[in-house]
Amino acid sequence: MGVKMQQSHHLVAVKLNEQVGTKRGYTFIQSNRAWLPKFLVLSVVVVAFSSMSIYNSMDADIKVRRKDGLVSMCDQRARMLKDQFSVSVNHVHALAILVSTFHYYKNPSAIDQETFAEYTARTAFERPLLSGVAYAERVINSEREKFEEQHGWTIKTMERQPSPVRDEYAPVIFSQETVSYIESLDMMSGEEDRENILRARATGKAVLTSPFRLLGSHHLGVVLTFPVYKSKLPPNPTVEERIKATAGYLGGAFDVESLVENLLGQLDGNQAILVNVYDVTNSSEPLVMYGHQYQEGDTSLLHESKLDFGDPFRKHQMICRYHHKAPPSWTALTTAFLFFVIGLLVGYILYGAATHIVKVEDGFHEMQELKGRAEAADVAKSQFLATVSHEIRTPMNGILGMLALLLDTELSFTQRDYAQTAQICGKALIALINEVLDRAKIEAGKLELETVSFDIRSILDDVLSLFSEESRHKVKLAVFVSDKVPEIVMGDPGRFRQIITNLVGNSVKFTEKGHIFVKVHLADQLKGAPNAHTKTCLNGRPEEDILISGGSQFETLSGCEVADERNSRDTFNLLIAEDLFNSVDSKMTTNEASENVTVMVSVEDTGIGIPLRAQDRVFMPFMQADSSTSRTYGGTGIGLSISKCLVELMGGHINFISRPQIGSTFSFTAVFGRCKKLVFANVKRPTFKDLPSGFKGLKAVVVDGKPVRAAVTRYHLNRLGIHVEVASSINRAAAMCGKKGSLTAGYRHPDLILVEKDTWMSSIDNCISSTVTDWKQNGNLIQFPKILLASKLSASELEKAKASGFADTVIMKPVRASMLAACLQQVLGIGRKKQPQKDMHMRNGSSALESLLYGKKILVVDDNKVNRRVAAGALKKFGANVECAESGNAALELLQLPHDFDACFMDIQMPEMDGFEATRQIRLMESQVNEQMKSESAVEIMKGGEWHTPILAMTADVIHATYDECLKCGMDGYVSKPFDEENLYQAVAKFFRTKPV
Amino acid sequence: MDPRLRQMQRRWTDCRNSLFREGILDDMFMELQELQDERNPDFIVETVALFFTNSENLIRDLYSELAQQNVGFRRVDARIHQLKGSSSSIGAKRVTNACIAFRDFCRARNLTECLRCLQQLKEELLLVKSKLETLFELENQLVAAGGSIPRVQRSF
Repeated sequence: MGVKMQQSHHLVAVKLNEQVGTKRGYTFIQSNRAWLPKFLVLSVVVVAFSSMSIYNSMDADIKVRRKDGLVSMCDQRARMLKDQFSVSVNHVHALAILVSTFHYYKNPSAIDQETFAEYTARTAFERPLLSGVAYAERVINSEREKFEEQHGWTIKTMERQPSPVRDEYAPVIFSQETVSYIESLDMMSGEEDRENILRARATGKAVLTSPFRLLGSHHLGVVLTFPVYKSKLPPNPTVEERIKATAGYLGGAFDVESLVENLLGQLDGNQAILVNVYDVTNSSEPLVMYGHQYQEGDTSLLHESKLDFGDPFRKHQMICRYHHKAPPSWTALTTAFLFFVIGLLVGYILYGAATHIVKVEDGFHEMQELKGRAEAADVAKSQFLATVSHEIRTPMNGILGMLALLLDTELSFTQRDYAQTAQICGKALIALINEVLDRAKIEAGKLELETVSFDIRSILDDVLSLFSEESRHKVKLAVFVSDKVPEIVMGDPGRFRQIITNLVGNSVKFTEKGHIFVKVHLADQLKGAPNAHTKTCLNGRPEEDILISGGSQFETLSGCEVADERNSRDTFNLLIAEDLFNSVDSKMTTNEASENVTVMVSVEDTGIGIPLRAQDRVFMPFMQADSSTSRTYGGTGIGLSISKCLVELMGGHINFISRPQIGSTFSFTAVFGRCKKLVFANVKRPTFKDLPSGFKGLKAVVVDGKPVRAAVTRYHLNRLGIHVEVASSINRAAAMCGKKGSLTAGYRHPDLILVEKDTWMSSIDNCISSTVTDWKQNGNLIQFPKILLASKLSASELEKAKASGFADTVIMKPVRASMLAACLQQVLGIGRKKQPQKDMHMRNGSSALESLLYGKKILVVDDNKVNRRVAAGALKKFGANVECAESGNAALELLQLPHDFDACFMDIQMPEMDGFEATRQIRLMESQVNEQMKSESAVEIMKGGEWHTPILAMTADVIHATYDECLKCGMDGYVSKPFDEENLYQAVAKFFRTKPV
Repeated sequence: MDPRLRQMQRRWTDCRNSLFREGILDDMFMELQELQDERNPDFIVETVALFFTNSENLIRDLYSELAQQNVGFRRVDARIHQLKGSSSSIGAKRVTNACIAFRDFCRARNLTECLRCLQQLKEELLLVKSKLETLFELENQLVAAGGSIPRVQRSF
C-alpha cells in the first residue's frame, strides 16, 4: 500500500506539472497585449496620413487640370492677339508700299493729304487695332526751309512748338483723319518715336515702341513704325544704304488696351481669367501694356505666354491668372474624410476585436487554471477518500478478524447469530466505504456493473440484519420477496444491496413508529394487480372482516397509514393472492422464456415523509429536505443520488410517493439476467448465508391477526422449506389443529406453532388459560414447539410467556430466515452437530478458495525467489499443486502445449521477458495450436474446447491502466501482491467457476 | 502451564510485537505466518532464509555496481526493484521503504544519495535479520521446551 500511495502521489504531482506547463500557451495577440493601445494610436496616425495624401493627390490632380486650362486659355489669347496684330502690321506694311509707290515713284506725287485720308479711312476696317496711321517725311535740316515753304507750315515738336534746329526732322505730312492732330508734328521730337524711327529705317522692318499713353485717347498703346524707301533697295542692303534710301516713315498707333479688350470680349471664359500684357524688353522692369498690375486675382497660379509682334527688339508677354482662387475640392475632401472615417472604424474594430480576443483568452486561461485546480482538488479528494477509507478499513479488518475468531468458539445460537450479524454489519460497513468511493467513480462515469449470479433473498436478509438492531426498538422491519422472483439472478449484487441499504437506511432514519416494509416483486406481476384485487375481494372476505373489526387500522404491516396506498394495497393483494394460490401457480407463472427479469422493489415506511417542496430535489446529490434534517438525522444526502445512478445503470427507474407525516414509499425497478438453471449449482458461492436444509417438509402454523405480517413470516418459513398455514387467532389455530387432528387421519399435525406477540397479548387475558388447558387436554399438542414472535419484549413479558409454558423460545423481530433457522435448530435440535463444523469450514470463504484450488496445477512465474516462494506457499495452502518458473522464457517452455496446468500466475515486471510479453507469446502459441486443431478435426475437442490457460497477473500496483494493459495482452485478471485471500478468491473464482468442476 | 514456558511465551510475544510496533514488519508477515501449517512446518524460516540470502547477494551486487566508474543505474534499479518486491512479500516494511527511497534517488541518478541509501538499506536488513533471528531462536527454544507458539494475535 505504501508503494501504491507513493506512486499515486507522483501521479498527482505529474498531473499538476502538466497543467502548469500547458497553461502558458499564449497566442500572438496575448503576448503583445501591451502594444495594443499603441497599435491603435499608430493606426489612427497612419490613416490620417494616408487620407491626407489621398487629399493631396486628388487636389494636385485638380490643380494640374486647372493649370492646363489656364495654359490653353492663355495661349489661345496670345495666339489670337498675335494674329490680329500681325494682320494689322501687314496692312501697315502694304500702306507703306503704297506710299512709296504713289508718292515717290510717281512724279508728281499721286498722293496728297486728301487722298491719303480718304484711302486710310476707307481701309480702316483692315486695321481694327490701329487708332490711326500717319506718314512722316524724312526732312534733313538743310532741306527744312524748302520743305516748310513747300507745305506752308513750320515743323513743330510734339508739344506743338516750332521745332528747334536738328539734323533731321520727321514731320507728318499725311495722316488719317482720326489722328489728324499730329499733322506737321515732328515725330523725331518724341523720344519714343525718334528711337522707333531710327530703328525702323536701320532694319527696314516694322518696329514697336514701348507702351505709353497715346495722345488723344490716353489709352496705353504702342506705335508701329515702318520705313518707306525712295528707291528700290539692293538685296541685302547695308544699314547705310537703308538710311540713305529712307524717304519717310509710316506710323500707326496701336491702342493695345482697347485691342485686348476687344479680343477678350470675343472669347468665352473671359470672366474666369485675368489677362495682363507686358513689354518685357527690359526684363528687369516690365512695362504694362494691358491690365492693372495690382488687380486682385489668384496669385498662386499664373501662366506666361510669349507674344511675338514681329519686332525682334521688343519682347512681349501675356500673363494670365484666374480671377478667383481655386475653390476647395469637395470630392477630394469628402473622399479623404470618408477614408479617414473608414480607416478609423476599421482600426477601432480591429482594436476592439483584439482586446476582445485578449479578454476571452484571459478568461480561457483563468478557466483553465480553475479547471486545473478543480481537477487537482478532485484528485486530492479521491486521494483523501482513498486514504480515509484505507484508514477505516484497517481497524475494520481487526474487528472482522476478531469476530471470525469469536465465531470459532463455542457459542449459543443467539450469540452466534449476534456475532454473525456483527460480522455482516462490519462487512457491510466496509462495503459502504467502498460505496463512498463509488460515488467518485459514478461522477467520473467509470462505474461498471458486474454480472454475477446472486440471490436476491439473501441480500435482503443481509440488509435486514444490518438494520435490525437499529430499528428493533421503534419500528417493525420486514422483507417479503415474491415467489415468482427467481432464486438466482445475474446482476451486480453489491450495487443492488447498496441501493436497498440506502433506501432502508433512509427509512430507518426517518421512521419513529410503524413499519418499514421491503417488498420485491416482478414488475409484470404488479401490472396484473387489479385482477388480483378483484380476486381477493371475492375470496379474501374473512381476513378483511377481521381487519375491520380490529378497528380503524390499515391493511399494512404495522397498521399505520402509508403514503402509497395503492401500491400497498396492490402488493397486499398480491400477498394474499399468493397465499391462496401458492401451490397452484407460484412456479408456473414465471416467464421462463425471457432472458431478463425486471424486479420491482419497494421500500415502504411510515416515517416523517418528505416535505412537498423538497420532493423534486430528493435525487440531487448532497440535498436534504432542509438543513435541519441533516442536523437531526445526520447523513450527507449522497445516498439517493448514488441509488438513482445505480438504478439507471441497472436499466430501471426509481421514484417515490411521499406524504408528509404519513410516510414514503420508494420503489425502483432493476433488470437482471435470468440465470440458466444448469449453472446455479456451480455458481452458487457457498457462504454461511446458505440456509440449512434440515427443515424441509416441516409444517408450521402461524398465528397472526394481520395478513401482511403473516405473509412475511410465511415467506421466511417457506424459504426454509417449511409448509405454513396461517391462522388469524390462537383459537382458530387450536380449532384447526384440534379439528383436523381428531377428524382427519391423514392430516399431519403441525410441527411447530409460531405466535405473533400482539396476537398472543390480545388473547392472553381472555382465553389463554382455556386455550392452554385445551391444548394440554389434547395431550400431544403440548409437545409442539411454540415460538413467540416479538419485536420487543420486556423481561416480565418474557417470564410470563415462559411461565405459562406457552413459548419455547422467542424470536426477536425482524424475522429473518437465518435467525429463524438458528432458533428452530435450537428448539428442534436439528443439525446441531453439523452446524459448528460447517461454520468453521465456511469461515472467511477460505474453504471456498480451497474448493476452487484443490488439486489444481498452477504455474507461478516470478523472477524474485522470495516472491515466488510466498506465492507458491499461499497457493499450496489451498491445496493447489504449484510449480514455479523464474522467467518468462522458462514459463513459455513449461507451457508448451499440451500441458496440464490449470492456471498461471505471472509477475509483470521481470527482466528479459516481462509478464505482458510472456502472456502474448503464450496466447500466440495457444491460438496457433487451436487453429491447427480446428483444421485437423472437429472431433477431438479438448475438454475446454480450446486451449486457453487462465493467466493472472501478479502486480504490486493496481492502477487501472495496468489492469487494462493486463487484459490487452490476453491476461484474465490480476492479483495484487502481496496476496490476500479475498482478492485471490475473487480473481480465481472468475475463471474457475466457468469450468464445470 | 509451566511458568518458565509462560515466560518464554511472553518473551516471544514481546519480541514479535516489537517487530510490528517498530514498523519493521507489517501485515504481510502475518499473512505469511498463516501460510505455515502442518504440511509446511518450516515455511517461514525457509522463506526468510531465502530472503536474506537473496538480499545479501543483491546488496553485494549493488555495492559493486555503485563502485564502478560509470554507474549502470538501470541495473541498480532492477536490483532495487527485486529487493523491494521480495521485502514486501516478506513484510519487511522498513526494508521496502528504504528500497523506495533508494529507487527514487537511483532514478534521479544521485550517486551520493544512492550510496547513503544503500548503507541505510544494509542497516535495515541487518536489523530485521537480527530481530528475526532472535524471534526464531526464541521460537526454537519454546518448541524445544515443549511449549506451543502463542496464537497469532493481530494487534491493531
